[in-house]
Order: sequence, then C-alpha cells, then structure tokens
Amino acid sequence: MTALVEVENLTLVVGQAGVPVVKNVSLTLAPGEVLGIVGESGSGKTLLARAVIGLEPPAIRRTGGTIRFEGQDIADLPPKAMRALRGNRIGMVFQEPMTSLNPSMTIGRQLEEGLVLHRSGDAASRRLQILDMLRRIGIADPLAALAAYPHQFSGGMRQRIMLASVMLLKPALLIADEPTTALDAVVQREVLELMLELTRDHGTAVLMISHDLSMVARYTDRVLVMCRGDLIEENATAEILANPREPYTRQLLNAMPLRSPARAVPDAPPIVEVRGLVVDYAGKHGSKRALHGIDLSIRPREVVAVVGGSGSGKTTLGRAIAGLIDPSEGEILFAGRAIARSDESWRQYRLNCQMVFQDPYASLDPRMTIGQLVGEALRAVPGLTKSQKAARILEGLDEVGLEAKFADRYPHELSGGQRQRVAIARAVVRRPSFVIADEPVSALDVTVRAQVLDLFLELQHRYGFSCLFISHDLGVVEQVADRVVVMQQGRIVEQGDRDQIFDHPRHDYTRTLLSAIPALEAVDGGGVRLKWRFDAPPPIPVEA
Amino acid sequence: MKRRRLNAVLGIALIAALVAVAIIGMIWTPYDPLGIAFGARLKPPSAAHWLGTDEFGRDVLSRLMKGAATSVRISCLTVALALVIGTALGIFTGFVRGWTDRVVMAFTNALLAFPGILLALALLTVVGANEYGIILALGIAYTPSVARVVRGTVLSLREKEYIEAARVMGNSELFIMARHVLPNCVAPLIVLGTSMFGWVLLAESALSFLGLGVPPPAPTWGNMLASGRPFMVQAVWLGLFPGICISLTLLGINLLGDVLRDRFDPRMRGL
Repeated sequence: MTALVEVENLTLVVGQAGVPVVKNVSLTLAPGEVLGIVGESGSGKTLLARAVIGLEPPAIRRTGGTIRFEGQDIADLPPKAMRALRGNRIGMVFQEPMTSLNPSMTIGRQLEEGLVLHRSGDAASRRLQILDMLRRIGIADPLAALAAYPHQFSGGMRQRIMLASVMLLKPALLIADEPTTALDAVVQREVLELMLELTRDHGTAVLMISHDLSMVARYTDRVLVMCRGDLIEENATAEILANPREPYTRQLLNAMPLRSPARAVPDAPPIVEVRGLVVDYAGKHGSKRALHGIDLSIRPREVVAVVGGSGSGKTTLGRAIAGLIDPSEGEILFAGRAIARSDESWRQYRLNCQMVFQDPYASLDPRMTIGQLVGEALRAVPGLTKSQKAARILEGLDEVGLEAKFADRYPHELSGGQRQRVAIARAVVRRPSFVIADEPVSALDVTVRAQVLDLFLELQHRYGFSCLFISHDLGVVEQVADRVVVMQQGRIVEQGDRDQIFDHPRHDYTRTLLSAIPALEAVDGGGVRLKWRFDAPPPIPVEA
Repeated sequence: MKRRRLNAVLGIALIAALVAVAIIGMIWTPYDPLGIAFGARLKPPSAAHWLGTDEFGRDVLSRLMKGAATSVRISCLTVALALVIGTALGIFTGFVRGWTDRVVMAFTNALLAFPGILLALALLTVVGANEYGIILALGIAYTPSVARVVRGTVLSLREKEYIEAARVMGNSELFIMARHVLPNCVAPLIVLGTSMFGWVLLAESALSFLGLGVPPPAPTWGNMLASGRPFMVQAVWLGLFPGICISLTLLGINLLGDVLRDRFDPRMRGL
C-alpha cells in the first residue's frame, strides 16, 4: 500500500534571516495510521503539520524537501487544487475550541459549509448527514443544535462539533493540533476517544500534535519526537516508551511527574484556616455563588493541593485566601487569629502570605527589571539598607538558579521557565510562612516544568513554608502534595492524604478525575509504562 | 531597523530646527514682525522678503519666526495641561471605580459631546481671549479624551496578574498606581499627546479665525493661516508658509513621539 503522506527532507526557514525551524525532516504516514508528533514549544511540530496542508504562516519559507499527499507533490498543485484538497481530503482540528467556530453562524450552517463546497447533493441530504453526525458525536438534541450558536456549547462540546464538521467530509487525513490542550481533564479523554473512534470508522489517518507525552502515547501507533526543528527519534509508541534511545526522549520521559514518597507533616496547629468561606460573584442576573462554604486548614510545612475541573472554584478559593476577593461570608484565620482588613493582623498576613501565578508572562510588570521586581517584595521589610536589599535580591535570584546578571534584565528577555523562577524568587524572598501557588507550572514546557517544580519543592523543604497548590494537573499534584482537596462546583467533595486520594478515592468525581488521565510509571531500563488509574469513567451525560 | 533610525533622525532634526527658530525669533528677526509698510503690501517671495509680505506689508518670515515661539508654547502647555489633568482623572477613576468613576465619566462624556472647539469658544468668552485663556480653554477641552484613554488602559491593566501580584506583596494602592499602572500607560499617552499637539495647533488657528485667538497684531502660525485666507488667490504664500510650518512641526512631533514611545518601552530597546 502506498503512503498517504510522504515528507522528504523538509526544511522550513523563517523570515529574511532564514533561521531554520524545521530541519531536514522526513516522515511517512500510511492510510488509517495514527501518528503522534511530540515536542516542546519551538520544536517545529505545528509548522511541520501545517506545511502538509499548505497552511504555514507567510513568514515561513520552504527551502528544501518535498511533501507528497497521495503521491502528489503539493508544491506542484495550483491553489485551486490545493483548496479542493483542504477540508475534502485533509481536515484539521485546532487547539482552541472557543475561537475555531464562527460565533455569528449557527452550528447547522457551519457544518453545511464544507458539504456545500466539496460535495454534490441537495439540502435535504446534507441535513440528514449533518443530523446523523451530530447524533454520532453525542449531541442529545441534534435538531435543536442545528439552529444553536457556538456560545451555547461548552468547550468540550465545541471541540466535538469542530470534529464533526471535519469528519463530515470523511477526509483521508486528520491533523489535530493539540486538540484537547484547552479542555478540562475529564473532557479530554472523551473527546480524544470520540476522535479516534470516528477516524477509525472512516479509515482516516491522524496526525496528532501534542506536548503531552502521556496523551500521545495512549492514542497513537507511532510517535515522532521533535526538538528545535530536528526529528530526534521515531518509533512505535510502545517501543519509545519502553526503550527510549535518544537522551532527549529519555529526558522528556523523566520529566513526567512521579509520585514522591509520603512525608510526615509535624502535627501542629494550622497556620492558615478557612471557615465557612462563601464567595459570590455579582452578575447581571443576580449573583452567582462560586464557593459554597469552604472549610480548610493548612498546617505548617504542609503542601495542600486543590484539584478540580474548570469552574470548580479552585482559583476563586486561592484568590479569596490571598485577599484578592472579598468573601461574602466566612473567615480566614492566620496563626489562629482572624484577619480583618483594618488591623495589624492583616499586615502580618500580607507579609507572610505570598502568591505565585500561573502565567509568568502576565505576572511580571514588563517595565521593571528583574532586580526591581524581586526588590519590590522587600519594600515592606522594615530597616533594610540599600546594600542589604541588593544582597537579598541577588541571594533570592541565586536560590532560584538565576545568576546576578539577570538582575538588570527585563522580563521579555527571559524564557518562560526563567520568568517563573523570578516569580518564585519574588514570592519566597521575604521568607513567607505561607505561599499560594495557582497553577504555577501549567504554562511551562514539560522539561522546564519538571525543573521549576523541583526547584519549588526544594525551596519549600528548605524554608518550610506551607503551600496551597492549585492545579488541574493530577500528575503534578501527585508529585508535590501532602494532602489533596478535590473540588467540584464550589464545594469540597473529598479531602485526605495524597496516597489515600490517589489510591482509594471515595467520591465518584475524584474517580472520574483520576481516570481521565493516563499515568506513567517508571520501569527498569529508563523507560516508562502507561497505565490507567481506574477503568473508564461512566460517560457523562451530554446536553446541548 | 534602518528605517526606524532614519525616522528618528528626521524627527529629532525637525524638532531641533523648530526650537532653534523659535529661540532665534525671540531675539532677532530679519524685519520687525509688527512693522507695517503699506508700500510693500502682498509682495511675493523675493530676495528682500524671502517668504513675501502680508496685507500690511509685514515680513512673513519674521512673523513666522516670532510666531513659532507663541504657537509652540501654546501647544506644549495645552497638551501638558490636558495630559496632567486627564491622566490624574483617568488613573483615579479607573482604579477607584464606583460612584466617583460614574460621576467623573458622566462629566467627561458630557464634555465630549460638545465639539472641542465649541467648548473652547464657550470657555474663552469666560476667561478672555489671550494666550493663557487659550491654553486653559483648549486644555480643558482636550482633557476628557485623555481621561478616557487612560481610564480604558487602567481598566485593562488592573486585571493584569502583575497588578494582583503587587497587591499580594502588600503594596498600597497609591504605590501600585504610581509604580505599575502609570508607567504602563505611557505608550498610549505618547501617541495621544503627539496627535493632540497637532489638533491644538489647528484649533488655535481656528480660534484666531473666529476672532478669539491670540489677539492681533501679535503673530501666531494659527492667526497667520487664518488671516491669509482672504488673499488665497492673490497671495498664496500667506497661507502656504504657515501651513508648511504647521505640517513639518506635526511630522517632527509624531516621529519624535514614536522614538520616545520606543525608548520608554524596555521591550523595544535594543531592537
């Protein structure tokens, strides 16, 4: 059988300077095969996939190599033939379901668009096909969905609809660029399984691009590992996991978070205690309750992780404890004393409670140098001379592995990982007794994530601050947490020691969360093994 | 890169020339800018009068040089006034929100509903038509647009994580405004300020045209442009040269504005 896609020695360069972003990459894809491309940001994986469909950005030039689709060199194709290929023979699903559907068109019309363009047939037969497909992807009321607009659907449903619009044309190749990265963990598995099911039925080959090795490993037959434009390693998925040959692949696999041994947290009165915390968001149609009476206590030196899907209220909880949102009811106690905005206890709390935010690009003022940023945290420390302060700043930077020369640089000159190190330095330089970390490593690449996480934990062990660690990434939580709190729709549904939650969850939602994401286990010989924590969750009822 | 450099040089050169002319004009001019000579009325540009003479026989070059200082002074002070008041109002309302925001914004919206020039006219009849009256009137007339731009920027900035980070560090709101919000408002302010400079130059000529500008015989570019209008056919140079001066100044200011904006933004440095 001939290959569906053949890429030979493809080299893509960017801009006038001709910096190579994809270097001499070859790949073949057989009909019906599911191929994964894994790499960190800047690895060229997205550009490679886009080149196959002829949709690379204008600044990108091809300087070498050929791309054949069904034996036809796509460079030779006139634009019209290329357009006929897109959608019809090659479909694409994008990362961001919120923006990949046109908000001003009904679902019915958007799905019809491709059929009108590429298929003959009258309106009635198109309608039948669309209804059939909508039923297929699990839309409860397809007729109603035809007339609905994208904003009436959740992110997961939109990604299903996107998938439907692509699969309606039964393409020979589906390119899925981080198809579930923007989705909730629980929804991810459902969407991916639907995608695989649909493509298997139609014999569609899939080119799946992701930074998430465990996801790719679960759903693909073969994996390409890319790094900085180079194809590092290519092999059958099971083989790559069990016997990674290249150091970079091994590094990627090692960067996967693994459970660290349980630690004994000394029994002591809680440093931070939350009692009956209620937060309401005012809206146009009355207020919406985001937290329904949360009780939580964090002991000294303890890392408490808060996990939950989006909309579970975990971020709201963090912000309320940090004092960024005023609760409607309930109280927060610090070292046994209720904190009130007006008095001295608030100041004490402010000095002792710090926060690390998710997005290192947004949490650093772009107009301040790194030194100034870290120095700002020391402003409230009384009786610090200028030279003492400068020394503390350098010490703080040194702790997070940044050299002194970084003090004069601006955030935009730093990589994402370096920026998050700065954010951590800023949070711990004043030696707080409590740190709130809101998804501190979610925005980082896999290998960088592992380094930053290790650093954060090392500092936590060294200085013993308590930590509220908010995350949707169960792998990370499994590595860092002493205790885990599971939230759903503004309520705590389960909490307990990490091992107990991960090994013997009691609540259904906890089970669903845990079973949504495959875990990797280290095996002898440097490889890993993929395992599902529990059986597949019962399908979540879907409403339009 | 090369082009940006060229723009920067051109902008700085134009503004330097303008300042030089304004300073020289205060000390020395080829002729008395107010000296009426009916024998030399409406003379076209010649060796004696490089840029010709006006309807009273006054030397256009001398008047332009003398007027440069007045026009630039009016524009600079007006823009400065509008920027200072507008920025203060914008940052304050954007950060405090609540009823102060509503009251101040209702007021600026009401002011914005009037054409700026009409508002300035009304104010001028109160404060009197002289240089400082014009600065005050135009300054107040342009304040609402600055306040709106700054408020909008502040509203988007206050949601940024680095503002929250600053709050978590225990900084006071006042400090956050001065240290984090204000510097990040600079880029839109420079863009607005430089374009406002041009509006003010033109508004001043419009006011002169309506008889409420700097009172004659003192020359400004605006009133020269306005008084040249009836002679557009016989003596095109009367309107042309002040017009060219205004245009070149605007060009210079805008180019300089871009340079300043890039200089103030650490992200653009070293590009």
